[in-house]
Amino acid sequence: MKFAVLVNEGPYTHQASDTAYHFVHAALGQGHEVTRVFFYHDGVNNGTRLTTPPQDDRNVVERWSELAGEHDLDLVVCVAAAQRRGIVDADEQKRNGKDGNNLAEGFRISGLGQLIEAGIQADRLVSFGD
Amino acid sequence: MGAILHTVNKSPFEKNSLQTCLRMSLPGSSILLIEDGVYAALAGGDAAAGLAAAMQDRSVAVLGPDLRARGIAEDRIMDGIEIVDYDGFVRLAAASAKVQSWM
Repeated sequence: MKFAVLVNEGPYTHQASDTAYHFVHAALGQGHEVTRVFFYHDGVNNGTRLTTPPQDDRNVVERWSELAGEHDLDLVVCVAAAQRRGIVDADEQKRNGKDGNNLAEGFRISGLGQLIEAGIQADRLVSFGD
Repeated sequence: MGAILHTVNKSPFEKNSLQTCLRMSLPGSSILLIEDGVYAALAGGDAAAGLAAAMQDRSVAVLGPDLRARGIAEDRIMDGIEIVDYDGFVRLAAASAKVQSWM
């Protein structure tokens, strides 16, 4: 079965990103396909590689990146939400004349159409947030 | 159209997400309490009566890892509520026609 997942909450805010991660992990473990994880609103903050949590805490961002690497996951960050919150990749850095970028490995920045497409193409769209 | 899986991630002491879910969900659907939503599953709690009424025609489950994260022992959960893990969450989602998140 094809799952798509929507994450509307940032890391270390409450629990949505953790629950979404465990859900995706379990779905992949059962042999399901996860066609896309879309990060929207404060959820885009899951995509900054500059996060440095304490060593004895989970690294929410790195965990997503690793899962993406292992399973070829499509982690998509909403461009408008990202611009508002300072989540930037090399293209956006150039386009907006910024002095750096911070998008983590395995994530890409794209538009809201990617969420609509994910909802249409997947058998289930599961939302996590506050 | 098959039944819907409803997830509730807010404590009934914080928000009325569960109340809304109970009002809107149809007979035959499933309700899964996750994150702070697990507090609703406490036997003798304020949400118990509403959940018990819903269990007449809907199935109710609670996410075990979120119970444990909050120090809630399984024997404090209302009778009739199934305790599932993340694999169970995925199975419920796959078995339902769609998933509605009440936040």
